[in-house]
Amino acid sequence: MLKKSILFVCASLMWISCNSKKETIIPPDSVYNLKSEWENQHGKKMFLADLKDKTVVLVMIYTSCQTACPILTAQMGQIAKRVGPVDPEKVKYVLVSIDPEHDDPKRMREYLKTNKFTGKEWLFLRGSEDHTRELANALAVKYKEISPIDFSHSNIITVFNKNGTMAFQKEGLAIDVDGTVEEVKKQLTK
Amino acid sequence: MRSLVTVILSVLLLSCNKVTDTLIPQSGNWVDTVYPIVSEKKMQLIDAGSYKTFFGKDSGSFVQVKSFYLDETPVTNKEYLSFLKKNPQWTRSQVLRLLADTGYLHNWQGDYEMPANAAPDAPVTNISWYAARAYAKSVGKRLPTIDEWEFVGAADQVSKNASDKPEFVDYIVKSLLKRMMYLKPVKQEAANFYGIYDMYGMVWEWTEDFSAVMITGDSRDDKNANEGLFCAGSAATTQDLKNYAAFARFAMRGSVRANYCINNLGFRCAKNIVE
Repeated sequence: MLKKSILFVCASLMWISCNSKKETIIPPDSVYNLKSEWENQHGKKMFLADLKDKTVVLVMIYTSCQTACPILTAQMGQIAKRVGPVDPEKVKYVLVSIDPEHDDPKRMREYLKTNKFTGKEWLFLRGSEDHTRELANALAVKYKEISPIDFSHSNIITVFNKNGTMAFQKEGLAIDVDGTVEEVKKQLTK
Repeated sequence: MRSLVTVILSVLLLSCNKVTDTLIPQSGNWVDTVYPIVSEKKMQLIDAGSYKTFFGKDSGSFVQVKSFYLDETPVTNKEYLSFLKKNPQWTRSQVLRLLADTGYLHNWQGDYEMPANAAPDAPVTNISWYAARAYAKSVGKRLPTIDEWEFVGAADQVSKNASDKPEFVDYIVKSLLKRMMYLKPVKQEAANFYGIYDMYGMVWEWTEDFSAVMITGDSRDDKNANEGLFCAGSAATTQDLKNYAAFARFAMRGSVRANYCINNLGFRCAKNIVE
């Protein structure tokens, strides 16, 4: 009898917690816990948590970069191509600027256009210097301003699951994107 | 009967998951807001100047540092406790894993109980970069940049720039060998030229832009990798020792992640000068 009532209490508790905490679904290690505000290529404000329930592939670059970024950008294109056409509500390819001062929405739009990243699945974001550093640190992306138009930075493409928890990271400029593509496909089946 | 309850439980669990999956909240329920606290911490004015960088692409060049205020000592356990009392979301049991690893305040006896083996006035350690930043925000300050820290760190007790004095270099290198200093109260030694205490020998300190140091695994791919940084083996001249001491600091910064919490890693705050 005692056991039963304990179970009953458990069940009720679960029911209550279920109802009252509908929003406690972002896991403690999710980047969606960061409440920073961002601006996309259309000048629209958004939060990272707006990407929730989508598989996200994210890279941090800046538009005036002449060296590593074009390679990273090309890799993002390659990943998207190999993943194939997917409902843009299910997957987002996100570029985040590490030079928010210069990368305004116009430049971000142009950059996406130049790279033929025109679908709704493509996003380019910029935030304050503070928030950019915060996000970069969550991804272990290192960067340093060398001159007003030049940054050095680590080359990392990250895949997030629907809850914003890191699922996969590819470091370095090696051409191989297989692992990333596989991970995105895997996440999409979840 | 028991199985029926189990079924009910499972159904509830499942429905619970289903409900949560379809919801699209703006954010999690963790409180991001930092509530202000009153701090009596003494700060010192650091006049603008420049310092010679130790390594990296701009190694040997002079970097300009604007005037700013810097905390006289690292933030202490006692001070951090007052922050926790106003900001329970940063207590050991509430903190998000994203923002602090499992080492966060692990030496504390409880959410609001300071470490047993460290002085209340000892530097707070086992705090992440995010935590240090939140604290700074709560007192209306920020973390110092690497350049600001290094600029102040170049001063000995009598001069702004002692980086070429052999005895100062010797002092810094020796300070690296000290152990368990983070358990002792701050101000173990005399202040430097600016009236700043404990730059060496107590704790490592977080800086706002610690992640600008790129010497970890990925450095082969960084277009401005610090070649030569790991080239050791030259004779131990004063110059090398000086680089060694600086190297140790930069290696520390380059090897940590923002959610790391380490026994001898603390912080102090800085503040802009409002004109």
